[in-house]
Amino acid sequence: MTYLFSRTSSRWLGLIIGILLLIASFTSSIVFGQTPITFNTVMETFWSFDENSTEHIIITTTRISRAVIATVIGSSLAVAGALMQALTRNPLASPSIFGINAGAVFFVVLAVTFFSFSSLTQYMWIAFLGAGVAAIMVYLLGSFGRDGLSPIKIVLAGAAITALFVSLTQGLLVINGQNLEGVLFWLAGSVAGRTLDMLVPILPFMIGGWLVALFLGHSVNILTLGEDVAKGLGQRTILVKTLMAIVIIILAGGSVAVGGSIGFIGLITPHIVRGLVGSDYRWILPYCALYGASLLLLADIAARFIMMPQEVPIGVMTALIGTPFFIYLARRGFSKE
Amino acid sequence: MSKYISFRNRSGKLFFQFDKRAVGVFLGLGCLFILLFLAGLSLGSTFLHPIVVVKQLLGFGTGEHSFVIQTLRLPRMLLSLLVGAALGVAGLILQGIVRNPLGSPDIIGITGGASFAAVVFIAYFAETVGMNWLPFVSILGAGVVSILIYFLAWKKGISSYRLILVGIGMSSIMGALTTMMLVFGNAYTTQQAYVWLTGSVYGASWESVFAMLPWVLLLIPLTLLFAKTANALALGDSVAAGLGVNVQLNRFCLLFISVALAGSAVAYAGGIGFVGLMAPHISRMLVGQSFGSLVPISAITGGLIVMLADIVARTAFLPLDLPAGVFVSGIGAPFFIYLLYRNRNV
Repeated sequence: MTYLFSRTSSRWLGLIIGILLLIASFTSSIVFGQTPITFNTVMETFWSFDENSTEHIIITTTRISRAVIATVIGSSLAVAGALMQALTRNPLASPSIFGINAGAVFFVVLAVTFFSFSSLTQYMWIAFLGAGVAAIMVYLLGSFGRDGLSPIKIVLAGAAITALFVSLTQGLLVINGQNLEGVLFWLAGSVAGRTLDMLVPILPFMIGGWLVALFLGHSVNILTLGEDVAKGLGQRTILVKTLMAIVIIILAGGSVAVGGSIGFIGLITPHIVRGLVGSDYRWILPYCALYGASLLLLADIAARFIMMPQEVPIGVMTALIGTPFFIYLARRGFSKE
Repeated sequence: MSKYISFRNRSGKLFFQFDKRAVGVFLGLGCLFILLFLAGLSLGSTFLHPIVVVKQLLGFGTGEHSFVIQTLRLPRMLLSLLVGAALGVAGLILQGIVRNPLGSPDIIGITGGASFAAVVFIAYFAETVGMNWLPFVSILGAGVVSILIYFLAWKKGISSYRLILVGIGMSSIMGALTTMMLVFGNAYTTQQAYVWLTGSVYGASWESVFAMLPWVLLLIPLTLLFAKTANALALGDSVAAGLGVNVQLNRFCLLFISVALAGSAVAYAGGIGFVGLMAPHISRMLVGQSFGSLVPISAITGGLIVMLADIVARTAFLPLDLPAGVFVSGIGAPFFIYLLYRNRNV
């Protein structure tokens, strides 16, 4: 099979294109919005900041933090999605489909309702916990039984766990109506109205997750050959799988803690990337990081314009883009597996 | 002596089979139902002695409690029963169609479609045309989404796994759209819509009971007519086809019944989840695998679950009257995890 970037040299080219695309969408994310800002003004903000200029203030207080957060979340979700698809050998795997988002959301709402947690650092740990619990539940439920980890079983387990956490979250929100307004927008998934301070405590974990993911590429390649083959080649599969799971939970849980429930980026990006570079995870993972970030940045820009002057929550936006893709994958079936 | 009681007309087209055990179980559940029914009518913000309740029901009452019993509590209990029965049977059919113990209207997007339609209605139209149109709108939503799911999953016929996957996809897009409506709506409609989404039989009236009744009375016996083919379908598409069942046609009919049942239940009580999942499983534990006996047992089990949840929801935190859906999830969640574990080899 030929891919767009199938030789090593062209793969580097694809990586550079990815970086350029990321820079372009990052800049667009700062420039476009309800208050249009010219590129020159953006540059001026960096070189000579003017406290009295509204545009400069908009750039520094909202636009930049929004773009940075979208970049971080986009690439984390995409990398998490790629790792999940490799770990479960399932083309439909992604954090939102497997209930990881719903788990994190439920735990945060639970903590807000009963323990009145409010600082983001606390949110973060709770979101990690929720993501972990949901991930472990889905994985165990999907892999119980004679035929092991079959794609359909794990997707159903994910959907069921999602339904479970969503209904529990709804219950909590109905009982405690005051929190509803604030939590709801966060639930819907958004990268707006968050400051960089919220990202700082999580960022080290995320970076750690990315680095581990990048180094895992080779081991993931071997693991995708099948567990027995991997063991035969001398891989400590338990170690690799555990590392993968930890990275997935950190990246997906961290993303939910900052951005709420943003789905489908983790599902779509790995498929697009595989179309570009083939099935070598040493390349897929860095590509995912770059293209996933661009995808979320672009979706965020679209979310600002689609229903002007109101903003569509980005989680809704990604679901609108992602569902047709999911259905396409479902229709194509698992023949490749 | 046979374990089953069979009814077959001369041409063999109509065929019911009841497990003898099912008849006993049904009677047992009936007794449980009467107890729960009396409890539900007695308990509440004003406690009424069960004897007073019985007298009132039989027409010997003094009349002083007739408002509480006949206008407030009785329709509410009956609606819970009907909604639960509809959801239980809808879930049973879906689990048979997708041949997976986790199939249920809330997981494959049918409830999601109804909810989205309902939330749009509550946000934009309820004030101008009145809330009584809500049931129609949500049945319409459930229907449209199911047709979409069916066609998107169609590829030279329907396979059960494509149906589930497409359903899960639809359910997530419906969830996203519903959330969007909630975020855009004002605080009051949001709160109202949220209570509706969680599922509640609060404010049930005789009109809603009578509106819901035909659906249940018509569709559940209709399901029984499909018992024979449903049993064959459970063996797998190719086996069923080999037994002379028109697989696609029968699956379409069963799906249609299931959607109509789920849609009407959601219409009157909102998105009560997990009943469609729990009731069929409890029934299977009680009476085994025969579809003919599972239908009535699932119906009554579903009804009991919703009734119980509603009684707890309106009495446990007096004076608060919580949505029954909260408690269905409360019972449903642990049960559900147990289920997933138990059915690991299916």
